[in-house]
Amino acid sequence: MVWAAGRYIDWGVVSISLTNLLVIVGMIVIFVLALVIPFPREHVREHEHEDDS
Amino acid sequence: MSASPEEHDRSWTVAVRNRVSGLVPPGQVLPDQQPAYVASWIYVFGVATLAALVVVVGSGVVLAMGGAAWWHTSSFGHFVNSVHLWSVELFFAAMVIHLWGKFWMAAWRGNRGLTWATGVVSFVASIGAAFTGYLVQSNFDSQWISGEAKDGINSIGIGGFFNVLNPGQMLLWHVTLLPVAVGIITVMHVVLVRRHGVVPPLDDEREEVAR
Amino acid sequence: MSTTHATRTRRRTPDSHDYPTRHYDLVKEFVIALAIMTGLSLVLAGVFSSPDDKAISMASWAKADPADLVATATGELAGTTTSATYGAPYNDASEGQSVLGLKLQKWGGVGIPINSADLVLQPLRAVSGDAQLANALQQWDALSADQQTTRATAYADALAKAPDGDPAQVSQGSYGPVPALTTSFLGLASSGGLEGSLTSSATFYGSDQTRAMLLLSDGAYLEDQAVADHLGGDQWGMMNEVGNYPGQPWMWLYTFWYQVKPFSTSENADTQVWALMMLLTVGLILVPWIPGVRSIPRLIPVHRLIWRQHYRRKR
Repeated sequence: MVWAAGRYIDWGVVSISLTNLLVIVGMIVIFVLALVIPFPREHVREHEHEDDS
Repeated sequence: MSASPEEHDRSWTVAVRNRVSGLVPPGQVLPDQQPAYVASWIYVFGVATLAALVVVVGSGVVLAMGGAAWWHTSSFGHFVNSVHLWSVELFFAAMVIHLWGKFWMAAWRGNRGLTWATGVVSFVASIGAAFTGYLVQSNFDSQWISGEAKDGINSIGIGGFFNVLNPGQMLLWHVTLLPVAVGIITVMHVVLVRRHGVVPPLDDEREEVAR
Repeated sequence: MSTTHATRTRRRTPDSHDYPTRHYDLVKEFVIALAIMTGLSLVLAGVFSSPDDKAISMASWAKADPADLVATATGELAGTTTSATYGAPYNDASEGQSVLGLKLQKWGGVGIPINSADLVLQPLRAVSGDAQLANALQQWDALSADQQTTRATAYADALAKAPDGDPAQVSQGSYGPVPALTTSFLGLASSGGLEGSLTSSATFYGSDQTRAMLLLSDGAYLEDQAVADHLGGDQWGMMNEVGNYPGQPWMWLYTFWYQVKPFSTSENADTQVWALMMLLTVGLILVPWIPGVRSIPRLIPVHRLIWRQHYRRKR
């Protein structure tokens, strides 16, 4: 019933599973991409106080 | 027949109706326009979190239909459990990226402090909901996690009531009480976003002199 | 006559509704997000699945580590196990943990009274048709409390000295009925009847595993398996999952404190870490109102990236 433990990376006091590390790194990458990837330009309505019906 | 002015003023229904319709400015519950500065991919992570939450709840509903131990014996049940696990990972990933974005935007400006606060509270409530989920897996994980967690919860004096070793209690917290709590806080958070609108850019702040 | 007031500058955030707008389909955005999140969840579930390590049954514990089960049962009778000396909510044996002089654990009260010796004796008493066991139980009941403790403690010490903790290789000594009781207990565990006796024998509908879990936690086998899976408290275990599955990365800060002093060597670590995390959580909630912290986004202008289209249009 004993599973083999997953792969772990040890660095000083830190010990993190490879999977968790990939998840965290992935999140940081996605965050940076979200900041830098251009967002589609749209026609901007210049007048204010739109009537939303 | 409409009420007389006096009846109108005393009407609880009118009071509630005014309260509810006043929560969000007219036309802003589901507007089809957004301020032009809402033009970055960072803005999709709020709705991504909501969408992931829908998948979490949906997969949870299917698990509930099969019962607490269904996923151990049914391969479809195990698949649904896997969907539940991965949608939770996606939920937390999207929520945290959303939090990072909102921090760097200082999105609490312009009287939006409560929007930020409800966001953090929903994060904490979600962690609690996830925690009880781990407790009701009825496998080795549940045994170890409950055995460890009991020490933390007992140490602050609430273990006599909130008994993590009791799956009967933890299951009901996980499928009713905590989802309701997360749901209520999420609704408050989204209403606040629609109420105040998306926070304007940081460098647009104006300085005014108070006399 | 004019009065001079001190002037103060205050930042004012413009009203978001005063800005030019662009078309944005919120409902379509939500539907697309839902489709993507559903698709991702299905694919990840299909490719990676989810773990389901079988629970440790009393029978599997008895088979895998009988010496540990016998030693645990002996400890329950001697009153030396973790549960026997725990304090609230199970008993009065200890003051429990405290932080800043606040005895939170004790103040919680004994809400789940558990007699650790009964974790062993109650299931044994329920067995019928075993004359030797009945005899051993009679002998045990005839002893005074002090004699019970002495016999059980002596046997526990002897087990610890025996090669591999093997009860069959324990040296001669005055152990009273303890060896007979713990041998019967091992047999009961092996038969598969122990969990039921502990959780549902009186009520039929057992849904509360407290007694069975406390017994299991009092042994070393459960923790040995967890540590082998890298789930131990000083292994950042709170963040981890068995195998290579993703765990709970969001628990990183909670488990971090347990890895470093003073918490890693503190007897009050649980209460202390909880208090610290409560403080930090309240701090996170109150970020909008904390001077300095709330200014960080201004000082490190990540926002120039986010709103670059807008700033460009303004110029």
